[in-house]
Amino acid sequence: MTAVDTRAPAAPPARTEPLTRRSWRAPIAFGVLGLAALVLFGLLGKSGEDTTFVISTDNDWVQIGPVSVPSQATAIVLGVLMLLLAAYAAWRAWNRQRPGVWVAALFGVLWVLSFLVWAVAGKSMSLVGLLQGSLILAVPLAFGAMGGLLNERSGVVNIAIEGQLLTGAFGAAVVASVTHSVYAGLIAAPVAGLVIGSLLALFTVKYRVNQIIVGVVLNVFAVGLTSFLFSSVLKPNAATLNSPPRMPVIDIPVLSGIPIIGPVLFRQTLLVYLLYVAVFVVTVALFRTRWGLRVRAVGEHPLAADTVGIDVQATRWRNVLLGSMVAGLGGAFFTIGSVGAFSQEMTAGKGYIALAAMILGRWTPVGALAAALLFGFSDKLQQVLGVLQTPVPNQFMLMLPYLVTIVAVAGLVGRVRGPAAAGEPYVKE
Amino acid sequence: MKLELRGITKSFGPLVANDHIDLVIEPGEIHALLGENGAGKSTLMNVLFGLYDADSGEILLDDEPRTFSGPRDALGAGIGMVHQHFMLVPVFTVAENVMLGHESTKPGGVGMLDLDAARQRVRELADRFGFELDPDAVVEDLPVGVQQRVEIVKALARDAQVLILDEPTAVLTPQETDELIGIMRQLKEAGTSIVFITHKLREVRAVADRITVIRRGAVVGSASPEASETDLASMMVGRAVSLSLGKAPAVPGETTVQVRGLTVLDANGSAVVDDVSFELARGEILTLAGVQGNGQTELCEALLGLERPAAGSILLEGNELVGLSPKQVLDAGVGFVPEDRSVDGLVGDFSVAENLVLDLVHTKEFSRAGALDLAAIRKNADHRIQEYDIRTQSATQAAGRLSGGNQQKVVLARELSRPLKLFIASQPTRGVDVGSIEFLHRRIVAERDGGTPVLIVSTELDEVVELADRIAVMYRGRLVGIVPSDTPRDVLGLMMAGVPHDEATAQAAEHPTEAGHE
Repeated sequence: MTAVDTRAPAAPPARTEPLTRRSWRAPIAFGVLGLAALVLFGLLGKSGEDTTFVISTDNDWVQIGPVSVPSQATAIVLGVLMLLLAAYAAWRAWNRQRPGVWVAALFGVLWVLSFLVWAVAGKSMSLVGLLQGSLILAVPLAFGAMGGLLNERSGVVNIAIEGQLLTGAFGAAVVASVTHSVYAGLIAAPVAGLVIGSLLALFTVKYRVNQIIVGVVLNVFAVGLTSFLFSSVLKPNAATLNSPPRMPVIDIPVLSGIPIIGPVLFRQTLLVYLLYVAVFVVTVALFRTRWGLRVRAVGEHPLAADTVGIDVQATRWRNVLLGSMVAGLGGAFFTIGSVGAFSQEMTAGKGYIALAAMILGRWTPVGALAAALLFGFSDKLQQVLGVLQTPVPNQFMLMLPYLVTIVAVAGLVGRVRGPAAAGEPYVKE
Repeated sequence: MKLELRGITKSFGPLVANDHIDLVIEPGEIHALLGENGAGKSTLMNVLFGLYDADSGEILLDDEPRTFSGPRDALGAGIGMVHQHFMLVPVFTVAENVMLGHESTKPGGVGMLDLDAARQRVRELADRFGFELDPDAVVEDLPVGVQQRVEIVKALARDAQVLILDEPTAVLTPQETDELIGIMRQLKEAGTSIVFITHKLREVRAVADRITVIRRGAVVGSASPEASETDLASMMVGRAVSLSLGKAPAVPGETTVQVRGLTVLDANGSAVVDDVSFELARGEILTLAGVQGNGQTELCEALLGLERPAAGSILLEGNELVGLSPKQVLDAGVGFVPEDRSVDGLVGDFSVAENLVLDLVHTKEFSRAGALDLAAIRKNADHRIQEYDIRTQSATQAAGRLSGGNQQKVVLARELSRPLKLFIASQPTRGVDVGSIEFLHRRIVAERDGGTPVLIVSTELDEVVELADRIAVMYRGRLVGIVPSDTPRDVLGLMMAGVPHDEATAQAAEHPTEAGHE
């Protein structure tokens, strides 16, 4: 054989664009949900009733009167808009394009609006109260998620957010009660979270125990410890040890007077303002500073970081401790940030929702905050509608935050990529 | 800078990886460290780089003893290393990877990254050595050859005066290798000393000023680049080896394997095997050449039924294999040697005897009423161990404890121990010592001569040329062409970079490569 084999295929021409599958998932989901909203909330909705939304509070500069809309007609219009969005997504899919984040976000807003219009038919609801409450409920989730991502960006999975929130809540309540100062409580919360964090770092970083197992065990440990201390120490001395002051609402001058935005964003407690600062600082630190570059390198490829002289173990220790303090601070919300007194297992799985918020937010502080707001909103919605006596059974509404979590993480996230080395101990010969 | 290693010893448990190694690297020389896989070259360099602590011995820089407790010390002393497995963060940009660990920051003292300075540094170094490098490209999107340049730039950005290159050509096409050799020469001109670790004789002779040969953790001698390849190979292995197989020409029989339009999509829906067609006759070896990661792995998985192709057909003696499970494919008469024997080829904790019957235990020969026929398995093991010269303490030893070459003999012995209609071997001699390579190659040729169609997938061009009756070259999931086995290496190298055969022939005639000469 000297010539090119005749059985060989001709040299392949270069393909201009890569062959990708058309993904019909988004348009189908939008179509089904949109149609369901149109039929259930619109066509089958109660006719002849109005839905009233209150969008102004007494302290705003400008007073806007409550907005009333005819329930059925509005829901039908919203349903049609949603189907148009579904059609747009289908058109994008046909052209092998993704529908884009704004389409999903707009669709979500429309769907929720249409649901509200139907559920509140014949009644009145404060939109400002709903949004304000959503932000408040998002606070522990956002702090927890940021605590989680500070850990995971350095390569340590933090399942123990739940435990850090719980000990943070406990520490804040006790210290604030003893000192009669919410600010002392605010300092105590991260320190309490640090207790769980140092155990996490000790076992996962130093002794390289499986990170998931250590995290779960620490959660159980935190529940056991705080429950024991609660029933044996706090209960008998409730007046001195478990009656902390609550954080006052601080109005930011000028800004708090803006309609809707003002009361929602700038008429909150110090904890919420700390959240704004934390999101900003962590974002800049992770993505714009030397510290952040090194942390991310350790979380992605620890051996590579080691070969350029970065101390992998020390970086992980620092980040686990820092992350647990941030999560612990979020724990303060449960006691001094809302009800005051500590009660057993009061975090009720919020740490795991925070974990979901971290993943949904793709391990970025801003994303985590957005995801936390989504979960906070579903939680607040459940509370508001529970009071309003809507057609939906209350038990279903209680499921809502968790349902939203599952749908969001499973459906919206798709294939996200976290830090590559998260969960793997770094072993050096 | 003069670098000297004196009496370096490093053991991992009972295994002595480095045994009193002495080595002197003069300023501005390219010093090749030649040895087989597992001879201890990488261990030695990891000791030098501060990644491992030596049990004894000392490191001298310009005649001054130094101790490195970590890579930071080694880097600070002017030693840079390009690792065999790149130490790059895949999701970072080129500039971020280059600056990592010695970042320049903006004034103000809070440690804000100065990315512009890093970009500038990357451009400056790339310009000096005359290659293109986009500082803002994300590393995981770059071809391996370019990633390697990033590694080199990374070392140079820290003013490395001794540069260690650990098996740098393992992932490169011959043309990329040639470019690398050019860069190495330029570095040498600029006064940088280079330690070039490899087991490829051809490249050593092309570029090295001095050669030190390491065998079983000890220096066995030094050689000049004028030494013949056979002499170098003998030093490396410790006995005379014949480098050429000298196989008889193939006598192809009827065509029994027909692959038509085979397409495999990855999870994102892009084609990793793209419309691949070839035919294979009894008694011939078709080798599939290509740089790692061009779809060879997925093609093999599709042939075996591990991966469901999106389109195409695989006919074996007229029967369709697409849609069958791996077990059905194996039972149809396909023998398969996977590319990573320690993960897919063997169960490391199982004994040699058990591994020799892994996919045969359900046959009547080795089982009786659902229970293993231990006597038959034992007898089979004794027989195969002798036939394949498997060096093991006993048939009951755990297969994972054997050397790479002997592990591969176990896999090959198992797959060839039944009558086959098609034999597929992926990277049959990766990480195998030179002595065993010869043996494995002869067994594969013997299988061909027994009338089995054989498909060999290899990224080692030497092996491709050695075994092939015909060569298929794969690039980005497509077959660039199928060419005869006497095609010049330069042409194959260009085809491995996607250049069609005719064009590659013309180009190779114009610009012959150095390492490509026969």
